[in-house]
Amino acid sequence: MIEILQYEFMQRAFIAGIMVAVTCPLIGIFIVLKRLSMIGDTLSHASLAGIAAGMLWGFYPFWGALAFSVTGAIAIEKLRKTFSKYEEISNSIILSTGIGLAVVMIGLAKGFNTDLMGYLFGSIAAVNSQDIYIMSALSLVIILSVIVLYKKLFYIAFDEEGAQISGISVDFLNIYLTILTALTVVVSMRIVGVFMVSSMLVIPVAAAIQAGTGFIKTMILSVVFALISVVLGLILSYYLDIAPGGTIVLLSVLILLIVIFTKGIKKEK
Amino acid sequence: MLIELVNVSKTFSDGHRALSNINIKIDNGEFVFLVGPSGAGKSTLIKLLLKELEADQGTILINDKDVTRMKRKDIPFLRRSIGVVFQDFRLLHEKTVYENVAFAMEVVEAPAKDIRRQVPIVLSLVGLSKKSNLYPSQLSGGEQQRVSLARAMVNGPSILIADEPTGNLDPDTSWEIMRNLSEINHRGTTILMATHAKEIVDAMKKRVIAIEECTIARDDKKGGYGI
Repeated sequence: MIEILQYEFMQRAFIAGIMVAVTCPLIGIFIVLKRLSMIGDTLSHASLAGIAAGMLWGFYPFWGALAFSVTGAIAIEKLRKTFSKYEEISNSIILSTGIGLAVVMIGLAKGFNTDLMGYLFGSIAAVNSQDIYIMSALSLVIILSVIVLYKKLFYIAFDEEGAQISGISVDFLNIYLTILTALTVVVSMRIVGVFMVSSMLVIPVAAAIQAGTGFIKTMILSVVFALISVVLGLILSYYLDIAPGGTIVLLSVLILLIVIFTKGIKKEK
Repeated sequence: MLIELVNVSKTFSDGHRALSNINIKIDNGEFVFLVGPSGAGKSTLIKLLLKELEADQGTILINDKDVTRMKRKDIPFLRRSIGVVFQDFRLLHEKTVYENVAFAMEVVEAPAKDIRRQVPIVLSLVGLSKKSNLYPSQLSGGEQQRVSLARAMVNGPSILIADEPTGNLDPDTSWEIMRNLSEINHRGTTILMATHAKEIVDAMKKRVIAIEECTIARDDKKGGYGI
């Protein structure tokens, strides 16, 4: 354990991983309660288009991911109003647009290389100091926003109409939450990979909902579950030389199964 | 005039007409029952007042402000001047009675000092001072509705809208709620209550506005429920 922390790239991977483990459940719990679990998938595909744009035109892919996922977030909210009776269509439209753009641009950039694989499946070695700075800034925005808006987001998650008529700017906060989700996707994509960001938003929260009572406890527990998955996942992927994204996600699924299983045993007793 | 609707109409996008040419004036301090069959347009009218729906035609004034032309950013402030109580209480189950009521002030960023002062006042108004540390699941239906009444009143709204507040309660408990509402009305809050409770409307002898087939069928100063 001490040995792997001697490497600078592993130190960066752990710092990045901890940021992922804290921010994902913090946003994920509101997403899950609002029944918007799909949104992480949509925004990660939008961010993939941004990464591809960066590879094609030679700028830092992080900025592309940030621009595309935030634009995607705003577009989802606008489209949701257009298709008010079929809200989930807005997710499909942005997801398709994102993946379509990504595939075309990756093709044009002839970019099917290890760098791209790192973004798709997550990578330990690829996290550089610039990534860490951006991830820290984004994480700070996410955490502070949740602290400041906690009560309002909580009310909207449990009773959106009640929140609206009690005078909370629900429309604005919904867009803001979607943008925060976009930021979380960008924070997470380096370590867990574009394909698996959505799982980190949802699975630790799902496990905590099964285990916990009360909102705050569920929130804390989901962060603890995510931390266990990320830290163990990084160690395993280092020693076994496998992509961290899949390892981390599988560990969080394992935690979910253990929670469901132990709950089942307790009920039988 | 506190609430004024002038020639208000609303038709939904699927062509279903909900309200047609509605004219209502409600003065400060009035107690008004809104009656009529289900689907006649009572809920639509309430949603128009809260600007959850937009009127197609006509003007709605609340506190002399034109709600129909209100900017989006001003809508939350309109809603803060109106308290709302629903049939199904809609309390937050993991919060105590006190926390549920205080929460309504916290989310509109009221100062902590005001919250500490105001919450006990409204809890005593609805007779729940001794139960402030209990959770909603430990209360009877009537008590839960009184919590939601306290929550609706805690920010000092000038209007209280009650949408079938006794719909889930037995007759005795319903009268407790009506006594609370009368008390709130006596203290100066205007009350608009949509209801199907014939006995209550007949006994209270308050103004009754009956909506039938999207229009106002009757507006009596001291009316009864009707047929």
